[in-house]
Order: sequence, then C-alpha cells, then structure tokens
Amino acid sequence: MSNSKPALSSSLGRKLIMSLTGIFLCTFLVVHLIGNMQLFKDDAGYAFNNYAYFMTHFTPIKVVSYLLYASIIIHAIYALVLSLKNKAARPIGYEKYDGQSNSKWNSRNMGILGTIILVFLVTHLQNFWWKYHNDQVPYIEYRTDLATGATAAREIQAADFNDFQTTIENNVEIVKARDLYKQVDFAFQNIGLVILYVIAMAALAFHLIHGFKSAFQTLGLSHKKYVPIIEFLGVWVFGVIIPVLFALMPLYFYFVK
Amino acid sequence: MLDSKVPAGPLAEKWSKHKFDMKLVNPANKRKFTIIVVGTGLAGASAAASLAELGYNVKTFCYQDSPRRAHSIAAQGGINAAKSYQNDGDSVYRLFYDTIKGGDYRAREANVYRLAEVSVNIIDQCVAQGVPFAREYGGLLDNRSFGGAQVSRTFYARGQTGQQLLLGAYSALNRQIQKGKVTSYTRHEMLDLVKIDGHARGIITRDLITGKIESHEGHAVLLCTGGYGNVFFLSTNAMGCNVTAAWRAHKRGAFFANPCYTQIHPTCIPVTGDHQSKLTLMSESLRNDGRVWVPKTKELSAKLRKGELKPSDIQEADRDYFLERKYPSFGNLVPRDVASRNAKEMVDDGRGVGKTGVAVFLDFAESIGRLGKDTVAAKYGNLFDMYYQITDENPYEQPMRIYPAVHYTMGGIWVDYNLMTTVPGLYALGECNFSDHGANRLGASALMQGLSDGYFVIPYTVGDYLAKLGSFEAIDKTNPAFEQTRKEVEGKVNTLLALNGTKTVDDIHKELGKIMWEYCGMARTAEGLTTAKGLIKELKNEFWTNAKVLGENEELNMSLEKAGRVADFIELGELMVDDALGRAESCGGHFRLESQTEEGEAKRDDENFTFVSAWEFKGENQEETLHKEDLIFENVKLTQRSYK
Amino acid sequence: MAQHMNLTLKIWRQKNDKTKGQFVTIQANDIADDMSFLEMLDVVNEELTRKGEDPVYFDHDCREGICGMCSLVINGRPHGPKYGITTCQLHMRSFHDGQTIVIEPWRAAAFPVLKDLAVDRTAFDRIQQAGGYVNVNTGGVPDANEIAIPKRVADEAFESATCIGCGACVAACKNASAMLFVSAKISQFALLPQGQTERYERAQAMVDQMDTEGFGNCTNTGACEAECPKGIKLSNIARMNREYFTAKFFREEDVHVH
Repeated sequence: MSNSKPALSSSLGRKLIMSLTGIFLCTFLVVHLIGNMQLFKDDAGYAFNNYAYFMTHFTPIKVVSYLLYASIIIHAIYALVLSLKNKAARPIGYEKYDGQSNSKWNSRNMGILGTIILVFLVTHLQNFWWKYHNDQVPYIEYRTDLATGATAAREIQAADFNDFQTTIENNVEIVKARDLYKQVDFAFQNIGLVILYVIAMAALAFHLIHGFKSAFQTLGLSHKKYVPIIEFLGVWVFGVIIPVLFALMPLYFYFVK
Repeated sequence: MLDSKVPAGPLAEKWSKHKFDMKLVNPANKRKFTIIVVGTGLAGASAAASLAELGYNVKTFCYQDSPRRAHSIAAQGGINAAKSYQNDGDSVYRLFYDTIKGGDYRAREANVYRLAEVSVNIIDQCVAQGVPFAREYGGLLDNRSFGGAQVSRTFYARGQTGQQLLLGAYSALNRQIQKGKVTSYTRHEMLDLVKIDGHARGIITRDLITGKIESHEGHAVLLCTGGYGNVFFLSTNAMGCNVTAAWRAHKRGAFFANPCYTQIHPTCIPVTGDHQSKLTLMSESLRNDGRVWVPKTKELSAKLRKGELKPSDIQEADRDYFLERKYPSFGNLVPRDVASRNAKEMVDDGRGVGKTGVAVFLDFAESIGRLGKDTVAAKYGNLFDMYYQITDENPYEQPMRIYPAVHYTMGGIWVDYNLMTTVPGLYALGECNFSDHGANRLGASALMQGLSDGYFVIPYTVGDYLAKLGSFEAIDKTNPAFEQTRKEVEGKVNTLLALNGTKTVDDIHKELGKIMWEYCGMARTAEGLTTAKGLIKELKNEFWTNAKVLGENEELNMSLEKAGRVADFIELGELMVDDALGRAESCGGHFRLESQTEEGEAKRDDENFTFVSAWEFKGENQEETLHKEDLIFENVKLTQRSYK
Repeated sequence: MAQHMNLTLKIWRQKNDKTKGQFVTIQANDIADDMSFLEMLDVVNEELTRKGEDPVYFDHDCREGICGMCSLVINGRPHGPKYGITTCQLHMRSFHDGQTIVIEPWRAAAFPVLKDLAVDRTAFDRIQQAGGYVNVNTGGVPDANEIAIPKRVADEAFESATCIGCGACVAACKNASAMLFVSAKISQFALLPQGQTERYERAQAMVDQMDTEGFGNCTNTGACEAECPKGIKLSNIARMNREYFTAKFFREEDVHVH
C-alpha cells in the first residue's frame, strides 16, 4: 500500500474541517442566543448593553471570538473549495435529475443556504459589530437607585461618555455604556432588514437541520443509540427553536417596540 | 490415444503422490515465466492470483469492464466442502461419491476425488480472505443441506455465495495487480490461440473499445472462460457468456469433450415473449415447500391461458400434482433433471399454464396454510420479491409459474488430470473444462470446482509443465506464428464486417436457440437430432450469406462482438448435435427417448457409453473425429438412479 | 394480457470518449409491459440494426441484478424510477403509454463515457487494488472455524460486502462522490477479524486512491443510500471516516510517512 496523503488535504480531512467548524458555530449560536434573549427584557437595554460590553472586553471571550471569526471564514472557504471540487467531479450534468426522489432539498443546497447566511452575516456584522466597535452607536446612562432598585435611563452625548463606566454616587449606581440596544431598535425599524433577517433565519434553519447531523456523520459518530438524539437536536433545537427565537427579535422590535 | 495421466495408486493417495512427483520451478526462475489467464471468474481469478503469488508473471483477460463481473457472481446457492463440521457423517469420500453418482457415472474418478479432497482448503482460503459466509449464533460457520444431499455440507452467504466468493478471488487478484505481478486487460476478448511448435504460446485478443487486434505471448495459456449455455440463446447465463475463446482453442487442436451434456434447471421464471433476452433462475430450495402441479385436463389449461379461470378456481380434484403422483417417495424434491423433464412433458401434453402455456405451477398455498405467511416469507421472501418484480404476480396469493431453463454445461474442453488440454501448455479450468461433473452436476459444486482448479490444482500442475520445458527463455514475440494468427483473426473480423444481409445476428441466434432447445435439450431422439443437424447447417449458411453486421472494427461494436460469438455457437451447435446423436443412452441431465425403462424413466447404458467423447476439429465444415476416453471405475459401483 | 405502449426515448449518443455527444430522440413502439427495460432497448436496437443504423451501446451482462454491469440514469434516477433494483430488473410496467423517457449515462469525471450509455468504471477497480483485500496467499491459512465471528458482526460485514460495484452511488450523488462504494469495502474488512492486520493502512490507501480518481466529496445527502440497488447503508461512510481519522490521528504506527 502506498504512502498516504496528509489527513487534512484529503477529501475526508476537508470534510472534517467543515464538520468541526460547523459544530463550533452551532455552539456559538446557543451562547449568542442566550445573550440576545436580553433584548426581550424591558429595561431600556440595561442587561443587553452590559452583556455586550462583557462579551467584547472579557479576554477569554475575546480569544474565543477570534476563533469564531476564523471558523466562519474557514467554513466558508472550505465550502467554496469543496463545491468547486464537487463541480469538477461532474463536468457534464444531467439533462434530467430527480434529486427529490432520493434526498432532501436542503441537503442538496447547503451552498445556497450557506451563501444566504453569509450575506446575512456581513449585513449583521456591519450593522452591529462594526458600529459597536467603531464608536458609531449612541450612548446611554443608567441611574439605579440602590435603595429602591428603580432605574432611569437617558441618552448621553459623546462628550459625556468615557468608555464603559460604573460608579456609585449617593447610593445611586451610574452606568454609562454604548447603547447597542438602541442601535438594534433603530435598525429593526427598517422593514427590509427585518425581512432579510427572517429569510436568513429560515435559511439557517434548513442549513442546520441537515448540517448538524451531517457534522456528526462526518466525524464518524453513527450509532443506533445516539443518532436519534443528534437528529432530534438538529431538527428541534437547531432547526426550530434557535432560528425562530432569533427571527422573533427583529419582529419584536418592528411590531412591538 | 487420449491419456488422462491419472496417477497410479490408491484413490485417496493419488493427488498427494502426484504433487510429490511433479517437478518444481525454482523460485528465482518463476519470474521468468509468463502465464496468460483468459476469463476472471472463480477459476480465472483464483488461478491468476495464486500463480502471481508464487512469482509467475500473469496477464488476465476478460470481456467485462472489470474482473469482478464474471458470471460466477450470479451463483446463489452455495459451495460444498467436506469439512464435516456438522458431525453428520460427511467425509471426503462421501462428497466424492455423491458427486460421481450425481454425475451419473460419467466423470473421471480421480479428478472428482481430488475435487472433494481440496474442497476443505477452499473454505479456509475464502474465510481468510474475508468472505462473509453465514454463521451460527456461536460464531462458527453455518451449513445447509442442498440439492437433495443427505448431509449438510454447503457453505453459503445468503443468496449471494457466488458473488462473495468471486469478490474474494477478485480481491486476491487485485492484490497481485497492485504488486505488479498481474496485468489485467479488461474489455478484451480472446479471438485465437497462438501455437509455436505445437505448444500454446500466446493468444490474439481484440480490445473491445478500440478494436485493436493484439497478440500476447506467454509460456502457458489458461482458459477459464465458463460455459456455453448461451448456445440456446435463452439460458441463465449472462448475456455476454460465450464459447468463442474455448471454440477457437478447439479449432487449434484442443479436443472438446461431452458437448451435449447440459444441465437444465427446473425452477426458472418462464419466457414471456419473443423479446425475452435471458432467463432468471430461482433457487431450487423453493421446491422444499412448493408443490408443482398442472390441471388434469387440457380444457382447464386452455381456460387458464385465456384468463377465463384463475388458478384458485381449479378444484383440488382437478389438479395433477404430477411429481408427487409419479415419484411418491421424493415428490417435489426429485433431482433437477427429473423435475425439468416432467414439466416439459406436461407442457407438451397441452397442460401447461400461463399466457404462453409454457409453464407449470409451483404452489405455496398449502405451506402458507401450514406454516403461516411469515414463516414462508422468512424462508423465501427475497425469491418471492424477485418473482413479483419480474412477473407482477404475487406468489403469496397465486401460484408461481416456473419452467426449466439451461443453466450449466458439464461438457467442455477435454483436459487430463493436470487440467491440460490436448494442446501442450493450454489448460482449461472451471466450467470451461469437462472434467468433474460427468453428465449432471450436483448442486453447489460449480463454485467448488472453479476454486479448486484455480487455487489448488493449477499452481502445481502448471509448474510441472514449465519445469519440464527445460528453458527459461522469454517467448519470441517476433515468431511468425503471432503475426500469422493475428492476420487470420483480422481476416475473420473483416469477413464478419462485410456481412450485409437482412437478418440481425440476434435473429439467427434466437433461431439457433430454438433448434437446440427443441431437439438437443432435455429430451432427444435420433430423428430429432438428425433434423436439427440439417436445420443448423441451413442456419449456418444463412448466417454467412444473410446476416447483417454493422459498423467498423475500430470502435465499441456490439454488432461485431455478437456476430463472432454466434458464428462459433452455430459450429458448437453442430458438434453438440453430433455428440448427442452418438450418445444413444439416457444419462444425467438428458433423456434419450429410445433409452427408457418400462416405467418411462431414464435408462443409462453403461455397457456401451461409459466413456468420455472427445471431439477433434478436422477443418472448416468437416465432420469432427470422435476420440473415446474410457471411464474406469475402481472404487464405486455403478448403479441406476431411482426416485420412485 | 400484456399491455403495449409507445414511448419517446431521449437517449444520449456519443461515438467515443473523444467526441462530443448529444441527445437523440428515438421512438419505441409496441413495447410490451412485461419486457424488462433492457429488453425494450434490445427491441429498439434490433430495429435500428435492421435499418442499418448503429445500435445504442449500453453496458449489461447478467440481467439478474448481481453483476453490477448495467447502469443508465433513467428520467433523472440511477437504475430508474424504483428503489432497490438495478436497471436490468426494471420492467416496462413502471412506465405508461406516450411517456418520454430520458436515458443518460452515469455522469462523473472519474467515469468517462466510452460510447453512448457505457462509461469506464475502472476507477473502482483501482480503488480496490489500492487496498481492498486481505494480505493472504493461497494455502497456509488457518482452519475456517478457528476464529469464531459473532453472527451479528458477520451479518453486518455481509451487508457491506453485498455491494455490486455498479456506481449508482456516484451517479446519484450530486457531487459524484464514491464514498459509499469505498466505505462498503473498508467496512467489510474493518468488521471482520481477518481484516484487522491492515485495517488502518487500508482505509488510508483506499481513500487516497478515491481522491486521486477525481470523485467528489460527500455532503451526506443520502442520495447514494436511497439509490443503491443493494441497500448499502450510509453508516458505512461514518465507519470509513472513523477508520480514516483513527488511522491518521491515533495510530502513529499505521500512518505513512512521506
């Protein structure tokens, strides 16, 4: 038997990379969702803005976030490379191809679904991540009376703002923060963006219904006992609950707030 | 005189002694020899792999796109071996005896004994290769009784034993291809044998893709090309199975033995019309629980054929369970030939069923009632599904229709004990030779013979021949014999391509098949065979004057491929008829109407026919010469079969 | 009585691997529903031959669903509209009078068209040659019953071994991936005790050869499993991945070094 190629440049190795980055992105989704659930709190964004600050300034999280960016890029690049290789594996297509009879639509169109998600990601990052990191969001000050627990919030100007700041004066906690919450509220008044988000979450749903279980199949984890659990998680958690909750956020701001 | 070269000495010691007596080729010299293997079924693949392992250079040839597709793959039932794992009284001697008896005492004792002897090694070999044989819960190999045997000695891999064994041999072959010891030529067809100084020294092939006519040289040539059942057009063989390689070798001096011995399998799915291209076999295990019947009267049969009556409308009293009636002790489990012949009798009597009237019923209603549908489904579910798929009739609800079909050819190239033909250096293995099955083959023995010849016989006997050559010189490819033979083949191809008549090659092949089936099939008469001889002569003339062959040589040309094969089948048909005419006895798989007992059963004539007929080609359009190899039985007593 | 039908066949015709092909429309009239699909093509070919036209070349041999030689993508499905059978087991009763049937060869870079509907599948042989065997010579092997193999394991190995190498998995896969085929052989030997010695070397060698041949990558759509005439399961691919990754990451002694 001949000398073997390095693992990661083989077809199976590339699949492995898709699988591992995909699973990592799935775990990120869970964390991201839990954090973003604070958007539904009626506290003028107090919890959400706190959370946003924590996520962008806590060192271990920052490390993980670079891993995340890398995962997104690698997942997309490998998807492109694999798609091109797959295209090359069938230079002449079929005149008639009845894929519906042997496989699910989403499993055959992960590239399209992934592209929609990628377009969404660019918009999403530009709207929030970029603006947040480049000082393009409004600022807010929360004053909480520590005796009563009552909080009052007011917009402040750039001149009043000194990064994130928590002080206690006269038994009143004063928190000054970047108001990402406001930015969210502002962005989601745009019906076009809301529609894009909903479509993207639908794409995410179908992408993950196939992708989640597919990642485990690629890892070689296939067993009568836990395949049903993986399939259940893939469909209900990653295919329904997560995308639906994410999709509710823009809808909530557009219709409710 | 034909010399079978059977070694002297007691039966059980012949092979051991012979192995010792044979000369060996020094390991360093083996690589100086090249061996050509034609055909990559069980015999060919196992031989090629084993010889390459020993150090010989091997070239393999097959007409399919891969060695794995040879028709050995289609064998369903199993493979016999005298392992005696079941402690039920089996032994090498018993397997030998059953095989000799099953062949109706028309096989060579020494060959059959050796077959039984090495059968045990075959199973070891296959298991070591990773062949997934059926196992019992304890993890040991499972056996079943097959084809009416009284012991359970058949190893099997569900209904795909042939496939699994072939894939095992194919994997061994692949290993040697990877090592560079075997060069595999696929989509190549052997069209002639090259002889130098009387010895086989190469072959001429046609590359089926490019049409290139090539010569290949070797120190020995092994024909492992299977049987010639497609001479009947309809058979259970694959569409591509043909006699061409064997026939062209025959024309170069290899005697053809017992060509008229063909095996007809009783449980096949009947023909539906002229468009039928092949016949599908269903395991004869179906007869364990199915009951064979036809209506008692022609009138009822006619109504069934027209669809005026359904099978279930026929009352018990109006049914003729003819096998149970005629053979009360064996009933539906009579041997293949008896079951087949009786079905034909019923059809000839006008009592056949189905649209065409050329079928009998195999009814499971009684066993479904007795065992329950689930039990029957567990045993035969896959066969029932296959039947349903092909016929669109549900065998759980209405009886199956079955009819016999040509399945295996016991005749073939004559070989001696070493499997060498009458051409030195030319060998024939597996179904291609005549040697081990006599006039009728026992169930689950075909796979055994192919692998026995390839794995355990030929590696020894070829060595003996090569060692005695006294030279390690490479074959001289510039020898004019190569060029001359190649030119002759080209000439023949061009003659075929020039045919531009009105009949397609298939038209003529179908006609040949009808003649062979009608007159040289299960039941034969001197009169019928004489008629057949005239008909084939006419057909041969028709072929060479009125066939239509299209296209050119330099392409994938199925019209040309078929034409060459049919031309050879026609000539083989003539020889089969001659052979059948000469053998005026009922024996094995065939029934000679002139030779029957008072009860109408087959009557073998040991006094006059205990011999192998080996035919020598004398030239185009000339009668072949018959040579007889007398069969000497020193160990078994010849008895008449009876199934009453 | 057999029903008869008239059909319009749209068949891929291509002279050889060097020329371009195109679809040709051929009428097939008076086709009996109890014919097999290949018998229908026989009838068409006989007619073409009588007219002096080149018959349509297609691969076929045993015509009982076991040799793996027949192919054909029929109306967008490898081996036609039914599940669990090969083209030679398909009958015309699955079609209806007046229907148009599109017949194409397997499409994959690794399976170049030889003529019309026949493709070159020797890539499969080369993958098997790379490691689809146990390294034993003839003779000198232990008794067949020396190693007991649990029935369930033997049965599972058989399920994998039942692959007929037809290539429908490649034809069905949108990526023309051969992973079902390759994984079936790797699985058979990974399961059996006889295959253990070169277990990890085999997985690497066969995957390498598969990649060299230019097959696509698996995206786990399951089309191969659905169209496989022998029901080879997707779990084989998972097993192949396990074998391969185990070899590469955890079996230093079995990894080849350049």
